[in-house]
Amino acid sequence: MRRIISILMENEPGALSRIVGLFSQRGYNIDTLTVAPTDDETLSRLTLTTRGDERKIEQITKQLNKLIEVAKLVDLSEGAHIERELLLIKLKATGAQRAEIKRTVDIFRGQIIDVTPSLYTVQLVGDSSKLDAFVDSVGEGAVLEVVRSGVSGIGRGDKVLAL
Amino acid sequence: MELLSGADLLIRSLEEEGVEQIFGYPGGSVLHIYDALFRHKTIEHFLVRHEQAAAHMADGYARVTGKVGVVLATSGPGATNTITGIATAYMDSIPMVILSGQVPGHLIGEDAFQETDMLGVSRPIVKHSFAVRCADQIPEIIKKAFYIANTGRKGPVLIDLPKNVTNPADLFEYKKPGKVSMRSYNPVSRGHSGQIKKAVEAILKAKRPIIYSGGGVVQGNSSDLLNQLVKKLGCPITSTLMGLGSYPCDDEQFVGMLGMHGTYEANMTMHHSDLILAIGARFDDRVTNNTEKFCPDATIIHIDIDPTSISKTIVADIPIVGAVDQVLGDMVSQLNLLKESVDSEALSAWWERINEWRAKDCLKYDPAGSSKMKPQQVVEMLSKVTNGDAIVTTDVGQHQMFAAQYYKFKRSRQFITSGGLGTMGFGLPSAMGVQVACPGETVVCVTGEGSIQMNIQELSTCLQYRLPVKIININNQALGMVKQWQDMQYDKRHSHSYMESLPDFVKLVEAYGHVGMRVDHFSDLEAAMEECFALKDRLVFMDIYVDPNEHVYPMSIAGGAMNDMILSKTERT
Ligand SMILES: Cc1ncc(C[n+]2csc(CCOP(=O)(O)OP(=O)(O)O)c2C)c(N)n1
Ligand SMILES: [Mg+2]
Repeated sequence: MRRIISILMENEPGALSRIVGLFSQRGYNIDTLTVAPTDDETLSRLTLTTRGDERKIEQITKQLNKLIEVAKLVDLSEGAHIERELLLIKLKATGAQRAEIKRTVDIFRGQIIDVTPSLYTVQLVGDSSKLDAFVDSVGEGAVLEVVRSGVSGIGRGDKVLAL
Repeated sequence: MELLSGADLLIRSLEEEGVEQIFGYPGGSVLHIYDALFRHKTIEHFLVRHEQAAAHMADGYARVTGKVGVVLATSGPGATNTITGIATAYMDSIPMVILSGQVPGHLIGEDAFQETDMLGVSRPIVKHSFAVRCADQIPEIIKKAFYIANTGRKGPVLIDLPKNVTNPADLFEYKKPGKVSMRSYNPVSRGHSGQIKKAVEAILKAKRPIIYSGGGVVQGNSSDLLNQLVKKLGCPITSTLMGLGSYPCDDEQFVGMLGMHGTYEANMTMHHSDLILAIGARFDDRVTNNTEKFCPDATIIHIDIDPTSISKTIVADIPIVGAVDQVLGDMVSQLNLLKESVDSEALSAWWERINEWRAKDCLKYDPAGSSKMKPQQVVEMLSKVTNGDAIVTTDVGQHQMFAAQYYKFKRSRQFITSGGLGTMGFGLPSAMGVQVACPGETVVCVTGEGSIQMNIQELSTCLQYRLPVKIININNQALGMVKQWQDMQYDKRHSHSYMESLPDFVKLVEAYGHVGMRVDHFSDLEAAMEECFALKDRLVFMDIYVDPNEHVYPMSIAGGAMNDMILSKTERT
């Protein structure tokens, strides 16, 4: 099962490599990874997506919690949550294709953020499946370059991940 | 105001932690520190002959005392030489602090002379690591490192010290750090009282219980509580390799070590039990054999300080995360308060079955089957001559298993062995660390002619510091454990398992300034051992030639359940 694990960790050199190292060392997968400091500069927020059965996920969260620099951790997929990912994509946009691409971007509520006579650069935000769907609909032939930020997430409602 | 250089701050901080002895080897990047050691004279430094040995010495010291062992090594090769020692300590949860030199800060990342990214190299085998950026961080980092190393599930902590931070020209005010408080590190200490209650109820209901105790009992100094609990319950107890000694080996209720080379009765009792109380043990693959077939009828209670150990390989029915001493203490007091007691009728029926398994006498061997002395005889004699009182370290191989099976340990911290990593070369330096910590004790290293050669250079260190370790070299002229597997699984094709051109160990140890003895016949063994142990203040190396064809039994059958064992060259379960 796909899980979104969100971590508050000490914003210290070496902390990230310990987390990434843990995954390779123990044979767990990381599908996506994003990290940046929070409003409190001593803390970073890291979100990663991984997959595995119940027991594997339990091991992953326990092992992560055991790292000295991990202050708090939540498996967002255990409750209601919002997930977002940013897609930047360069698409071939010539001839009839140009209008078609524009229409698809509108349908998905993306934005064209850069233009040349032969291509569009598009920005799109949403959950990962929406981004997948967009890439599918423009068709492989149009895609020149894809940049995805990896998933970020936050719990719904009153729940707050803070110290 | 007290102004100190980084090197002096370091020594000062180590003193604050109560460090009296450290183990190391000098080199360019740690020379400021060595100079501070020389000037302070408060900390005794043991100069090894190879940095791996410094790590194993610190490890042995930590295992026998429960205190943090401290290693000092220079950058690059000095630091990388400690890696096997760090990994050994990590696998067995041994508290250790490694001070590793580093090139000056301005050269880091430039492939400078003797630069190694030790933080990166050591990352998967340390509990934590620190990089010092400025000397004024040293007191606090040292304090945190010792705290992390020796709390929760213990382990090694590495501190990377660039040369510039120990520069004698830069002076800083020494500020004594306060109590460590880290928002992201709060090792659990108290087990959940509801879970403990549930566990006690399950134990009282059990008809075929067994206690499976491990290294966590040693680390948690909980041997007394374990003994009380076992006596109170009247049930059988088995131990992992790491837990040996926490419960006296010659007691009626002890059914021997379990696992790959465990006793028949221990493995059978586990397999047929209806309740397993696991205490500070981690259901390691050398214990469980095939997890799918593991103890089909047993309810599993698992006490461990490390939540990741619980339900990792075997799912626990009643998990209890907590310090072993506190949880056992609560269990014993709850049991003392309760009116109910164990089902004594069921228990005596259980003991009847166990005694039948015991009657198989699985550790018997045929001393007359060969004209050569048997390795088992050597350990049995050692146990007898030392009255089961020696502190025994081992290397890795058949001799290690024979030591575990045949020596009659009486107390915690008496058996010191590399269980998790299985490091050949551990035996001699760990024995040296033990001897440093316990100058008056009899310290024995049980080794093989293969393993001993992995750190034999330390005989020189032993002379320098007059460490009267007794080395029992069970010389089977082969990498015995490898050869055993080749006998059993590779149709006796002994690919590179012979130790050809063995040195004359007696001459070798004499060249190092020690006493050497060679024994070829069992009839000479007792007298020779008596002579060896009578030489209280000398290192004695006993080179004991034994039957090269002996195997360690019982041995679990790969892929099987715990009750699937090979019992001898001709018998299986
Ligand atoms: C550093 C290291 N290398 C290799 C091994 C694999 N190994 C395990 S036991 C063994 C043989 C040990 O030979 P010896 O010390 O003579 O002991 P014996 O088994 O003969 O008693 C080997 C090579 C190991 N455990 N450690
Ligand atoms: Mg050998």
